[in-house]
Amino acid sequence: MEETIKFQLNGKKTEALIDPTQTLLWVLRNHFGLTGTKFGCGMGFCGSCTVLIDNEPVRSCQLSVGEAAGKNVVTIEGLATNGKLHPVQKAFVEHDALQCGFCTPGMIMNATGLLLKNPSPSTLEINNGMENNLCRCGAHLRIIEAVQTASKEMKGGK
Amino acid sequence: MKEEQIKNQDHQHNDKPHGMERRDFFKILGGGIFIFFRPWKAIDLFGLPAEQGRSLPKDYNAFLRIAEDGTVTCFTGKIEMGQGIITSLPQMMADELNVPVEKVKMVMGDTDLCPYDQGTWGSMSTRVFGPYMRAAAAEARGVLVDLASTQLGVPVSQLEIRDGIITDTKNPKNSVSYAQLTKGKKIEKFLDVKPAVEDYTKFTYVGKSYKRSDAVLKVTGEAKYTGDLTLPGMVFARILRPPSHGAKLTSVDYSGAEKITGTKVVREGDLIAVINENRDKADEAIAKIKAEYSFNELPVNDKTIFEWMLKADSSVKVLRSNGDLETGRKLSDKVFESEFHDPYLAHTAIETHTAFARLEGDKMTVWASTQSPFGLRDDIVRELRFPAEKVRVITPFVGGGFGGKGESQQGIEAAKLAKLTGKPVMLAWTRDEEFFYDTFHPAGVVKIKSGIDKSGLIKFWDYNLYYSGSRGSDTLYDVPNSKTTHYDQKNGASPVHPLATGAWRAPNNNTNTFARESQIDIMAAAAGIDPLEFRLKNLKDENLIACLKAVADKFGYVAGKSPSGRGIGIALGSDAGAWVAHMAEVKVDKNSGKVQVVRIACAQNMGLCVNPEGATIQMEGCIMMGLGYTLTEEVLFEGGNIQNRGFDSYTIPHFSWLPKIDTVILERKDKPPQGGGEPAIIGIGAVVANAIFNATGARLFRLPMTPARVLEALKKV
Repeated sequence: MEETIKFQLNGKKTEALIDPTQTLLWVLRNHFGLTGTKFGCGMGFCGSCTVLIDNEPVRSCQLSVGEAAGKNVVTIEGLATNGKLHPVQKAFVEHDALQCGFCTPGMIMNATGLLLKNPSPSTLEINNGMENNLCRCGAHLRIIEAVQTASKEMKGGK
Repeated sequence: MKEEQIKNQDHQHNDKPHGMERRDFFKILGGGIFIFFRPWKAIDLFGLPAEQGRSLPKDYNAFLRIAEDGTVTCFTGKIEMGQGIITSLPQMMADELNVPVEKVKMVMGDTDLCPYDQGTWGSMSTRVFGPYMRAAAAEARGVLVDLASTQLGVPVSQLEIRDGIITDTKNPKNSVSYAQLTKGKKIEKFLDVKPAVEDYTKFTYVGKSYKRSDAVLKVTGEAKYTGDLTLPGMVFARILRPPSHGAKLTSVDYSGAEKITGTKVVREGDLIAVINENRDKADEAIAKIKAEYSFNELPVNDKTIFEWMLKADSSVKVLRSNGDLETGRKLSDKVFESEFHDPYLAHTAIETHTAFARLEGDKMTVWASTQSPFGLRDDIVRELRFPAEKVRVITPFVGGGFGGKGESQQGIEAAKLAKLTGKPVMLAWTRDEEFFYDTFHPAGVVKIKSGIDKSGLIKFWDYNLYYSGSRGSDTLYDVPNSKTTHYDQKNGASPVHPLATGAWRAPNNNTNTFARESQIDIMAAAAGIDPLEFRLKNLKDENLIACLKAVADKFGYVAGKSPSGRGIGIALGSDAGAWVAHMAEVKVDKNSGKVQVVRIACAQNMGLCVNPEGATIQMEGCIMMGLGYTLTEEVLFEGGNIQNRGFDSYTIPHFSWLPKIDTVILERKDKPPQGGGEPAIIGIGAVVANAIFNATGARLFRLPMTPARVLEALKKV
């Protein structure tokens, strides 16, 4: 059953001898110890497990590790470079755009994917892009503001 | 018999402090200054369940430490679940000890290291726990100043403290730091005094905005929640669950599960679980168990529940009464009778109930997402018959609670499985389990009869509350004849609530504020008076009047009779010692019945505000979360079967719902701090209902105000 699955993980070539039908979420968490990617519902409805695959936000609970083979996977742990926070992470801190923090990694990954595709989204486009990432604490207002700030910084406009 | 054994067991340990022995405690922590105290009042203990009362430490417990490097550590049984006390409690400590706020560290929710605490709920951390914590800090400061006086050879009155350095005011070169003073020392002080009333105006850190101190950990994925922990040899567990509450297992066949690679089935009585090193395999295995059940469920569902409650044989208690209702009725020109319905609600924290348990020798350690680490410890002591000092509960970051993690069944389950398997067991409930085993916000009915005279003054108020809690049921308005009656579960009668119920952010106040403020609005409209003016006319409470005026100002309110077509609503209320008022603007699509909340303003008076930024975030969170119970959230059930068990069928607020939010915190530096994590949620149902009425003339008596219910109400206009 086990196969060698190769993919790019947080900028590094990675391979694992693993059952390819396993969920990417649990492989990231338990095989690679990348626990920043959270289990929130396991059904793709909450977005806490969002990672980037080839720069697209994807719900890692809905994907098998086999499907990630050959692709470029980035998790929350892979965003900061040389200890420097990614502009989206930095903006979340600046805006206090989190409370319990459990949905935060998924929010940040989803927002990063959104900004990669559309570097200067309107408020409505941010709303639409974040729509299906759930936050129960109600940090929505600050998350939108953080994404706006990050968008400015990533364009170098700030 | 069982009860007797527990008592005996407890008696044996009666004369010892529960949790860690103090000498062990010192071994872990090293030297420094320790202030011990009891952060609870004797009187509070009467309200505790018996087993909790019995397991309270008979000794003082460590609370505050100034280490040999000058760092201040606050040990508290409170936990951080997003509400921000990890940031605001250090502000209070920093002020009392005159140290930079960054020097204050928190150790939270560890039952071996922290003083006993009932739980983190009811907006109690700042207003109840805070004063005790500050008193201990003041005691520590006293010790430090005495030491400095000796060391520097000058009287205490000649010393000044700044940023953890004590200086001789007559010779600034003559100074000593906390670190120098505590080096190589081990000083214990036992605090037995009530905290003194503070002068809240003198603070440096308190009252200033601080950003979350845990933010960097949380944006990088480094913050550890219970499910993120690992230990060698650990396994994941999944538990066999009944299809509905009240179902009894009649037969089970787990041969299919055992065929899944690496799976072991464990059973103790009704607890049947699969364990596997791989979570996916555990998920696969649990689905292979074939089980049959017998059903004996209450013949009630989410539609019939209200009638069910009104018909039940209830205990009847008059909570408040003044004047005479009949006199008030005679003085009334118009009389109003309404019935309001509120459904069961789920908490749906994004982190499901999670626990990680390890049995090492005879010591059980359970890491859990819980709002009550000591409550969970006591549960494990009771259920597993462990001595209290052999159970340690540790609380990592908690991914949201909202009242739902006051009960921690998952912690008991994980502990049992760790004992049965001998392995560290990780149990993270599925979303389905989270909905099924939630302790829901209780459904309830409120019936109000009230009357106004020709001038629009309220003459009587007859408030009847069924099976919801009484928090927030105060009349608040200045009414000469009023009565508040609570119909609730009768002792010995079969349970009226078919589902488990518990605290849900500002427990029951949402229900009561929805009913009261809707009824006030109904009367204002019938009197032909602007709803703001009507409220001001009938209020005497200065705090509520100030909140109303502040919110009207922020909102830019223009007076007008309701309905006006403008879609503007008002509501006010009180919770956790604080006062709030809301205004909202809505748009109602009369074809679909869909309501969009365009903007909400909220003014809150919470006494001294420790961290205005933190408090503002809580208010914004309350407003956004409140839109859920207002517009969509409702647990659907038939008998004991919960029908909506996922985010696809139980809809919580999404980004597209976000209204423009304006918040005002009324400055009250002269008043003690009150609760800030809950008050701003209580008026959302009412303010939106009143705005819908203002927009359309349709009155909603039932939460949530779904498009179907709005359409139904529009038909009656």
